[in-house]
Amino acid sequence: MFGLDKRDTTLLLIVAALVALAPFLLNPFPENSDLAQFNAGYPDLMQRFVIFGIFAIGFNILFGLTGYLSFGHAAFLGVGSYAAVWMFKLLSMNIIPAIVLAVIVAGVFALLIGFISLRRSGIYFSILTLAFAQMSFALAYSVLTPITGGETGLQLALDDPRIIGQQVTEGGNIPVPSLFGLEMRDSAELALGPWLFTFNIGYYVCAIIMLIAFYISIRIFRSPFGMMLRAIKSNQQRLNYTGLNSRPYTLAAFVISGMYAGLAGGLMASMDPLAGAERMFWTASGEVVLMTILGGAGTLIGPILGAGMIKYMENIISKINKTILHEWFYWMPDGLEDAMVSIVYPFIGKGWHLTLGIIFMLVVIFLPGGLVEGGQRIANFFRGRKAAKQEGKGTTEPAE
Amino acid sequence: MDAIILQILNGLDKGSAYALIALGLTLIFGTLGVVNFAHGALFMIGAFCAVTLSRILTLSHEVIDETRKDFLGNPLKVDVPYVYDWFGQETGDVIIDWAVPLSILFAIPIMIGIGVIMERGLIRHFYKRPHADQILVTFGLAIVLQEIIKYFYGANPIPTPAPDAFVGSFDFGAAVGMEAGQIIYPYWRLVYFAFAAVVIGAVFAFLQFTTFGMVVRAGMADRETVGLLGINIDKRFTIMFGLAAAVAGLAGVMYTPINSPNYHMGMDFLVLSFVVVVVGGMGSLPGAVLAGFLLGILESFASMREVIDLIPGINQVIIYLVAIIILLTRPRGLMGRKGVMEE
Amino acid sequence: MSKSNVTRRGVLRTGAVAGAGLAVPTIFTASSASAFTNEPTGSSVTLGFNVPQTGPYADEGADELRAYELAVEHLNGGGDGGMLNTFSSKALQGNGIMGKKVEYVTGDTQTKSDAARASAKSMIEKDGAIMITGGSSSGVAVAVQALCQEAGVIFMAGLTHSNDTTGKDKRANGFRHFFNSYMSGAALAPVLANAYGTDRKAYHLTADYNWGYTTEEAVRSSTEAMGWETVGTVLTPLTQTDFSSYIAPVLQSDADVLVLNHYGGNMVNSLTNAVQFGLRDRMVNGKNFEIVVPLYSRLMAKGAGANVKGIFGSTNWHWSLQDEGSKAFVQSFGTKYGFPPSQAAHTCYVQALLYADAVERAGSFNPCAVVEALEGFEFDGMGNGPTLYRAEDHQCFKDVLVVKGKENPSSEFDLLEIVEVTPVEQVTYAPDHPQFAGGALGTCNAGA
Repeated sequence: MFGLDKRDTTLLLIVAALVALAPFLLNPFPENSDLAQFNAGYPDLMQRFVIFGIFAIGFNILFGLTGYLSFGHAAFLGVGSYAAVWMFKLLSMNIIPAIVLAVIVAGVFALLIGFISLRRSGIYFSILTLAFAQMSFALAYSVLTPITGGETGLQLALDDPRIIGQQVTEGGNIPVPSLFGLEMRDSAELALGPWLFTFNIGYYVCAIIMLIAFYISIRIFRSPFGMMLRAIKSNQQRLNYTGLNSRPYTLAAFVISGMYAGLAGGLMASMDPLAGAERMFWTASGEVVLMTILGGAGTLIGPILGAGMIKYMENIISKINKTILHEWFYWMPDGLEDAMVSIVYPFIGKGWHLTLGIIFMLVVIFLPGGLVEGGQRIANFFRGRKAAKQEGKGTTEPAE
Repeated sequence: MDAIILQILNGLDKGSAYALIALGLTLIFGTLGVVNFAHGALFMIGAFCAVTLSRILTLSHEVIDETRKDFLGNPLKVDVPYVYDWFGQETGDVIIDWAVPLSILFAIPIMIGIGVIMERGLIRHFYKRPHADQILVTFGLAIVLQEIIKYFYGANPIPTPAPDAFVGSFDFGAAVGMEAGQIIYPYWRLVYFAFAAVVIGAVFAFLQFTTFGMVVRAGMADRETVGLLGINIDKRFTIMFGLAAAVAGLAGVMYTPINSPNYHMGMDFLVLSFVVVVVGGMGSLPGAVLAGFLLGILESFASMREVIDLIPGINQVIIYLVAIIILLTRPRGLMGRKGVMEE
Repeated sequence: MSKSNVTRRGVLRTGAVAGAGLAVPTIFTASSASAFTNEPTGSSVTLGFNVPQTGPYADEGADELRAYELAVEHLNGGGDGGMLNTFSSKALQGNGIMGKKVEYVTGDTQTKSDAARASAKSMIEKDGAIMITGGSSSGVAVAVQALCQEAGVIFMAGLTHSNDTTGKDKRANGFRHFFNSYMSGAALAPVLANAYGTDRKAYHLTADYNWGYTTEEAVRSSTEAMGWETVGTVLTPLTQTDFSSYIAPVLQSDADVLVLNHYGGNMVNSLTNAVQFGLRDRMVNGKNFEIVVPLYSRLMAKGAGANVKGIFGSTNWHWSLQDEGSKAFVQSFGTKYGFPPSQAAHTCYVQALLYADAVERAGSFNPCAVVEALEGFEFDGMGNGPTLYRAEDHQCFKDVLVVKGKENPSSEFDLLEIVEVTPVEQVTYAPDHPQFAGGALGTCNAGA
């Protein structure tokens, strides 16, 4: 189907099903139970899952296939969101022109930086991309404040022109981003007994775009172009000796992955029309590297899993506080309850960084292939050893 | 002219910190081939060794002073350090005052210990793994280390002053007979520079003039052959890791009077020190030192008002701009070797 | 601590779900079923406390959170009631807000506008928070304020000092109790002129982002009005840690005052470096060289240690104030936590109470009703003397404290001494003052 072989089609369909059913899957706990704290099925986080999924998929096209480790990818996400917000300010609140411009601007920016950075390889390439991204951040935060909004971020105002759109709503407020009248923040809710599921328009727009992005990435992985990129990863020198110039291929991969980042940035601005300079800070670039490695670099689905994992930690674990802990353990005897709370407390709430650090270490120590390898091990365990050897790497074969 | 001399001094001083961190980073990279993202955390832990020692020295018992009141109107509890009880107030004050220099002795065994444990317990298992995995695991470790420090010491900077003898500044102008008060420089920063020079010199001498150093250098060049000669290179590399950790830690200890340490100071230095290492050339110790001082001096010049007025924002980007220019004109940094980390 | 298993989360939803769930097994509800966003229908109401829990301002955020917990306790009738006893409005009864028990959720802003918005959104979308409050920087305050306007909930700003929060980025749903750059300048300038004379040459080091710009502008214009001359201004990067290369050129200039428009870690480091370079002991133009820090924070000043001694600055509130409101607050905070509250804790505590009081007086949780109740509201007994929430820009107007680093601190909290309480008239400005130009309040948004 769609020009994919059977295995990839299955993978695409599974991902599509997961994404479509996410509002159910991410809200497994009834609303009034203690475990509802762990529900992630609210619009903002679901949008973040798929948007960072797109970002990580794009990053993986560069890193997973060519092995070039860009440490400045967040810059493209940043310029993408600035471009999108400017579209909202100047043209209209329709997300289509915003996203299109975001992708184009990020692509041009990537072409520029890629053209220079790809003259070097290995860590020299990483540092060049890092330097460009840090320069973008530093300038956006300070000198370029008139264009970027600086510290507070670029945001909409009532007196923005919005030439072909509505400038101010009837209620006297700034209009919200929409797709031909469908407002991104609108949701429908479904109540099933004690469960509550939210279906958000913005989320489904992002989800459809992510599926398209995912499909394109599968096609790239399976194309002759993808083969060429893998050849670059395994031995660039040998490739050069065959008389082949690898630069155009790496540059193309770099630009494509920059455009994915721009797409993610544009979508982020469409869901929440504000672009902050911290999006381009080196830690943001580091985050996408971590997402990709955590999930499994070079695999198709890994980066999406990694992105989901990190965003889940950031948004769910950080919100657990001491009061909530006491509620969890209230059934215990008093002394034991306090002991449990003080044991768990350093790892939640303001300690979520600690938990994240520990998970990074555990995953990379015990699952060198990332979460995907963890999934494969579990699958193999259930399938039994023999079957595992035949099917081996399953649907998510690493690039090498 | 005075302004330029001052900025060169500033540059040398900043460069000292960059060079010390980059030196340790390169030692680890050159010997073990490991990209250590936790190196900034080692610098930070060094600084907190100084904080810890000054906390230990001022460990107190409470004496209730009925004559004074605290903010709630209760009798004030006055902390009396134990050192006062043992050595008398005067000697006690001197000991507390010299906490930072004393921490050097305190920090060396601790940092070597941490380094060795890190290498034996974690890094060793990552020699054969891709650099990306090394980055992830050491980055995770850095987060864990800094969160542990934050848990115990909070997020705010903690003032750790230099001994009174080093407060104040040295007047260069007056010393060479020029106008007084124009070229002055804080004593402690001069101490930092001298200290960095001594440490860098000692590391080079150690590698150059001792048998141990010779073996390590041989191991850096060709690990396999040295191993085939029957030399236990792994053990020596572990020691080198401990040494690199100690260098980072000492850089941190001595840095505390310059800027009050906080838990994320390691991360603040991390990216910068990587840029320094790469600009110097991967695996080159002299390159790391040279690049550290070079970037320190350029950064200082870029922050002068005359320069900023000419090119707005240059102080924000100078380090990265220089890094880009150097890497584009010299493919392997200033003194890098061919084929190191180019894949 | 044993606790009954109360539901802490979106009571609206639980209520609605339980009711609807029983009646029909499956129904779709459009999000506009209620009159306004997150209308509380159960027996409790949820507030969202969005403070920095990681990053450089984590300690300040922790202090804000302590204040919020105290405020919730007092609102629900626990503890000694704190400022409820001194507050001039007596609408609050200590039985929650409009009889509904106050519950809260917490989040981490990370002092990044993106993360702060994500956290605020999750509070609104997932936990059903009706009001968001907190934060320790202007970037975050402005970003979250815009979000709350969009979502239709009230935002009660925490520590935010930039003019922009109630200037060009003001929003109808957002309110600020904290003072701002203009007020700092207006309060400081006369005191400085008094202490250091009117013939001074000032050199500014300014953090290179929005807050820095507005603070520099405010301090500059008010000191220049006193007769000072500004001989140089240099912007310093946010990420700078060693300020030596910015301090050294001061030695070459003929400036005799250094103004450090820095906050947090930047302030600690630049002040420490300036003192290292012997600026305090310097004589220029026959006058003693002086350093000024426009915005003081006691928590941060602690990081600079002995270097703050004798240095002037301004602050929103200080625990050593002797009015009834401050004393009551310090007493209950100090008893609960064992140390005095910071100015961040004070402003957050007051904001939480002011919101609750406005709801009581309005008789509704509807954001538009709350906005109406807060606009032009005059109150007293909250630690800063008689205060007005101005309707035009949602900024509080109250006395401002000019403080000085204490020479002989008696404890680790006793770092600042109050030099002058600048009366409110002196720091009041017209709503269309050029430093606050641009932007529009818009109209209140009740969402849904």
